[in-house]
Order: sequence, then structure tokens, then C-alpha cells
Amino acid sequence: MSFEMSFMMIKIAVVLAGLLAVVPIMLFVERRGSALLQNRLGPNRMGPFGMFQAACDVLKFIFKEDSPPGHVNKFYYSLAPWLAVIPAFMTFAVIPFAGSMSWNGSEAIFQVANLDVGILYCFSVASLGVYGIIMAGWASNNKYSLLGSLRSSAQMISYELTLGLSIVGIIMVFQSVKLGDITAAQGETLVSIAGLDIPKWGIFIQPVGFIIFLISVFAETNRLPFDLPEGESELIAGYHLEYGSMRFALFMMAEFINMAVASGLITSLFFGGWQLLPGFGWLAGQFAGTEHAQLILVFFQGVSFVIKVAFWMWFFVWVRWTLPRFRFDQLMKLGWKVLFPIALINVFVTGLLIYKGVL
Amino acid sequence: MKNEKENALQPDVPLDIARWGFPSHYDVSLKKDSDDIFEDSRVIVNIGPTHPAMHGAFRCMAKLNGEIIEKSYCEFGYTHRAKEKLGENRTYHQFIVYTDRLNYCSSLINNVTYALSVERLMGVEVPERATWIRMICAELARVIDHLICVGINAVDLGAFSYFLYGYHQREKAYTLIEQLCGARLTTSYTRIGGLMYDAPEGWEKDVKAWVKETRDVIDEMDRLLTDNRIWLNRTKNVAVFNKEQCLNYSFTGPNARAAGVDIDLRRDQPCMFYDKMDFDVPIARVGDVFDRYYVRMEEMKQSLNIISQCCDKIRSGPIWSEDKRVRIPEKAAVYNTMEGLIHHFKFFMTGFNVPPGEAYTAFEAANGELGFYIVSKGDVNAHRMRIRSPSFWHYQGLSPMIQGGYIADLVAALGSINVIAGELDR
Repeated sequence: MSFEMSFMMIKIAVVLAGLLAVVPIMLFVERRGSALLQNRLGPNRMGPFGMFQAACDVLKFIFKEDSPPGHVNKFYYSLAPWLAVIPAFMTFAVIPFAGSMSWNGSEAIFQVANLDVGILYCFSVASLGVYGIIMAGWASNNKYSLLGSLRSSAQMISYELTLGLSIVGIIMVFQSVKLGDITAAQGETLVSIAGLDIPKWGIFIQPVGFIIFLISVFAETNRLPFDLPEGESELIAGYHLEYGSMRFALFMMAEFINMAVASGLITSLFFGGWQLLPGFGWLAGQFAGTEHAQLILVFFQGVSFVIKVAFWMWFFVWVRWTLPRFRFDQLMKLGWKVLFPIALINVFVTGLLIYKGVL
Repeated sequence: MKNEKENALQPDVPLDIARWGFPSHYDVSLKKDSDDIFEDSRVIVNIGPTHPAMHGAFRCMAKLNGEIIEKSYCEFGYTHRAKEKLGENRTYHQFIVYTDRLNYCSSLINNVTYALSVERLMGVEVPERATWIRMICAELARVIDHLICVGINAVDLGAFSYFLYGYHQREKAYTLIEQLCGARLTTSYTRIGGLMYDAPEGWEKDVKAWVKETRDVIDEMDRLLTDNRIWLNRTKNVAVFNKEQCLNYSFTGPNARAAGVDIDLRRDQPCMFYDKMDFDVPIARVGDVFDRYYVRMEEMKQSLNIISQCCDKIRSGPIWSEDKRVRIPEKAAVYNTMEGLIHHFKFFMTGFNVPPGEAYTAFEAANGELGFYIVSKGDVNAHRMRIRSPSFWHYQGLSPMIQGGYIADLVAALGSINVIAGELDR
């Protein structure tokens, strides 16, 4: 097997394993984190700090009897969870999790696929995920599920538009849709104030775009305050109302992995991706000139990426347990009447600034 | 002529056809039921009785157009336990435990109100200390009830943390109640002519400490949610029930005050020592979900004021009325004297007779006017026990309130009027 081939395999394994590990970790963080926000303890009996609670939950889901209700359309009912979870996994392929290094004379990039369409691939695959939800709602043959999936289809389509528009500014500034290029370009210095270098991270050059992206990405991942497709109190559980055991767990996995992907995208587009966090540059510099200097640098880049992603994952949890839920019409109004025009204006202003040579 | 003939052949059919929405050439307009929601082919969604937002078992059949509720029909009776009939078959003391299960979020108020009404019927006066403790109990229960109401309302709208902030205080209040009577939820604390036990030593101090803590918590809750943009969007001008409607539907309590109906039985018909208390009655104008929420928040603050005033004024002393008819005999007498033992046996086995007459006693419960109408024919049981529970009236208003709103508004409306199934169905 050639070097490229085996390296690719390793990368795929790392990304898949990482995403799969996200699920139990997020289960733990969500439960204990929400407990932290609510002055209570949360599950703390299994293992240190209740860390194995997630493992127990997973075991429970696996061993539960999977009995589809009699009134469902069996084929689509079983297909739907997979349609939700597989695109979620696929999206992460284009997100770079470390810089590049030369090894045995060839360039190694830490990204499963540096596609030319880059970010567009992300959105196209992520929008496939909505089919899983619509299918689940339809096949469940339940009024609440149907309402949930109707809501989700309207919500996803509206917010994908603003999501796409919000990053147009970034694409214009960095002149590329490849996430690898965008992340690499964010390493440059934007301005230097009193010896403090402010990097050219997306948030500094596209603050409005960032806010719109953040809001839209919450809507895309169906998290509170946009968890209308589930709408716990009004639609009971929405589209996954009729699901049990591992099939339900797949929907939950899809949600957590979508969160990871969303955090990865926020990080890559607006927070410099794998660009080193302050302090890490100095740390990595200590190893300059040694045998494995390149490898150590890549390691620190990976750690920076993971820390940034972890922060945004925590941010998702934080917001979920703080804010109330929108109503459906308010959600649509926010998407179409507020975010969409702002995103358009943002694109226009960015274009003007680029034309004037400011950006 | 044709119509007559067909109607003669199938006298009951037209109503069925109206019900199932089949196209028909029958003239069914005369028999049309205004509450019939099956009249056309819209989707009917059953919200409840086992729906997470239906706190307790109610059912709301909603005819949906998209997500908008065009018409709804609200049904209750799933928790009916024949409380009023039980009141006619149990002695006056035995019925106290049933009052716990009326509004189980604030059972102490029910206990107090029931005791007040029987005492009024018998002309029994309770000593001061008992009254002070009863007042503290009533206000404590009101705070608990409002905490759970605003909390659950927020949970229904997705703000879960908010609920748990209040929930901790509620648990602490339950611990205070547990110190009084050993039970947390179903207290059965009052007795006719007195109380089950005296408050333990230093209880007032614990209560005052709790009041101080709860003030902070309520402020914290206020800061967390009240000015939140999403919360305002979800609650302002949602499920409006204006003053006129409130009067038509006999709304009382915080729900009526939210619409500007200025009634509070604690102030307007003072019983116990409420006339000596210094407190305000919060009023709002619009009568939407937000107003109902905010009136409750303010009322909690007022209740805390009342509690701390009561705690300052409470003095040690007897907790039992001297009236021999209702006073439970002392244990020393029961164990040591023949007469005491017989008295005790008769008291608990047959109960005491209440002089003939009838009385309606109402008190401002957490949800509104809670009244007991008791008709006595001189027996150990009531001849008629009627309970005027506020939730019964509030629930009737739900259907007009949510007309034209979204499903999510139904959830918000139901949470905000705080319908308790136990009280509604009795």
C-alpha cells in the first residue's frame, strides 16, 4: 500500500473514531454541564464523576428491544435514522484538523479530503440530513411526528439559505472555498496593536457574518432555542417520537455529530481552525530544530483545533440550558426577515470593502 | 318534501354526517353543535390526556390549520375522584386528607381553607398562634405553587434551568413543611379548631432565613428570564384573556389580576389576620401569558413579605381551641381516665356533630378563589359539600384563549393559567 493510501486510511480512522467518541463525551458534558448550570449534581454514580454513565446509556440502547410500532411504514422507518446519521459523519471529511507537514518528500495534509468545492460539499451533504428527519416523521404515521418533520423541513431550508449567505463574505475575502486554504490564510496577521498581533481570523474580518452563521448553525443542528422539530413540550418528541432503542440513539448521535461538525465549521471559518492558540506557538517553538519538530507542531495544531471545537461544543450546551424556545412563526420571521437581509447586506458591504481595497 | 321524507327515514343520521364531515345534501344546520370540531376535513390533533405539556390529565382536541388552532374542544374529568361526594360520606375530620389532593401543589392552603369553613359553620375560634401558623402555611404554599407554575410554564417554553432554580427553593420550603407535620406534599396539617402539631422551636427563624434566600432566588430568576427577548416574544400578547372575558368566565386569582380585575380575597374579605398585614396586590392590564407570569412573580414577593411579618408577630401559646366539641382530647386524659378514653374513641370513631346550617367560606388560594360550601343537617357528615375550585373556571377559558393561536401557544396558555387536575376534577 502506498504512503498516500495508508495515510488516508489513518486519517479516516482518526476522524471516524473522533466523531464516534464525541457522542459519549457530549452525553457526559450535556448531563453534567446542564447539572452545573442548574445547581444540581447530575449522574455521578458510574465511575469517576459519572463518566461511565454514557457508556451505560449506550449499552442500554444497544440491548433494548427494537420493536417498530405496527402502524409505521417499515422500510422508510428503518431507513430514516441512517439517513440522518451518515451525512453527519460525511460532513467532517473536508474540515482540516491540523496543518500540513512534509514526510518522505511528499506533502501530508491533515484533512480527509481537500476537495475543490470544499465548504459547498459541507452544506450539500449536511442538507441531506433533513431527508432523514422528514422521512422519520412521514414514516412514523403520527400527527406529532409529521408536524415535527414539517417544521424541520421548513426550518432547515430557510436557515440553509442564511447559512450559505453568511459565509459568502469569508469566501470573498479569502478567495477560496477550500477549507484548507481558508484556514491556512487565517494565520496571517491582520493588525498589530502595541506588539500584539491580531490574527486574520474570520471573526475579526467578518463579525456580522459570524453572528449570522452562529445563529443559523444552531437552527441547522436543531438545538435549543431552535429545537422546534423535537419541540419536547408541544410535539412530545417530534420526528423521533415513534423511535426506540438504537434507532433513537442514531438520531441522538446525528445531533451530537452535527454539533461537532458545526463547531468544526465555526472554528475553521471564523477562529483560525488549527492555527495555534496564544501560547502554543511559544511552546512549539521550544522544540524547533529537534528531530520531530514538525510532528510536534502538528500535534499542537491538532490540540488547538480540538480545544476550539470543544469550546463551541460547550457553547451549544450552554445556550441550550439557558434560553427558551422560539415559536415556529417567530423562527421563520427571524430567518427570512432579519437574518437573510442582514446576510445580503453583509455580502454587499464586504464586496464594497474588497473593491476599495480595505480587506 | 324530499327532505322531510329522508329525515323521517333516517332520523339520527344527519348529526353523524356532520360529525364525520361527509359531503351531504342534508340540511344539518339546525342540528349543528357549536362545539363540534369535526365539521370539516381538517386534521384533529389530540393534545392530551397523556401529553407532556398537559400537567395532569386533560385532553384538548384541536382542529389545526397548519400549526394554527382553528378550534378546540377541551375536555376534563380524567382525575375525577368524587371529592364532593366523599365529603358527604366522611366525617369532618376525615375529609381533611381529601383536601390535600385538591390542588396538590399548595395543599396547605386547602387544609387551611377547609378548617376555616368548618370552624365558621360551628362558630369555633382558634387561638392566635394557630392562626399565625396557618397564615405562614398559606403564604408558604402560595409561594410554592407560584414557583412551580412559573417554572413549569418556562419548561414548556424550553427554559429548563429556570424551573430548577425555583425548584430548589421549593424543596427547601417542603423541608420547612416537613418540620411542621412530617409530610412534604400531602400535608393534612390543620385540624378543625387547631393544628396537628405545634411548630417546632425556632421554626420561625428557619422560615425567615428561607424567605431571605427565596427573595434572592426570585430576583435571580427574574434576571434570567423576564427580559429575555425570546421569552417576551413567546409570552407577550399570547393567549390574551381580557378583563371582560375574565369576568364572564369567573376568573379569580392571579389569572384575573393579570387582566386588570382588581380582586384579592385576602384584602377584600380579610380573614385570619390579613387585615393587620401590609401587602400589595399586583395587577397587570393585558391578560396575556406574560402578565400572568409577572403577576405571579410579584405575588411571590408580596407573599414573602407577609411571611416575614407573620414570623415577627408570632408568639408562643396554645394552638388548640378550648371548644370541647372539636378539641382532640389530651393524651394524658386518654390514657389515665375512663371518660377521656371514651371521649377519644367517640371523637375518632363517630366524629363530632356540626350544628345545622350552611356556610360558604372562600379564601384566596394560590390559583384564585377556593371556596367550601358546606350544608350541615346536624350530623357528623356534611349533607352537601361543594368545592369551588378556581381551576375549574380557568380551564373553561382555555379554549377561547387559544383560538387562532399556535400549538406552542396552547402549551404556553395552559402553563400560565396553572390548571391543576386534582383541583379541576375534584
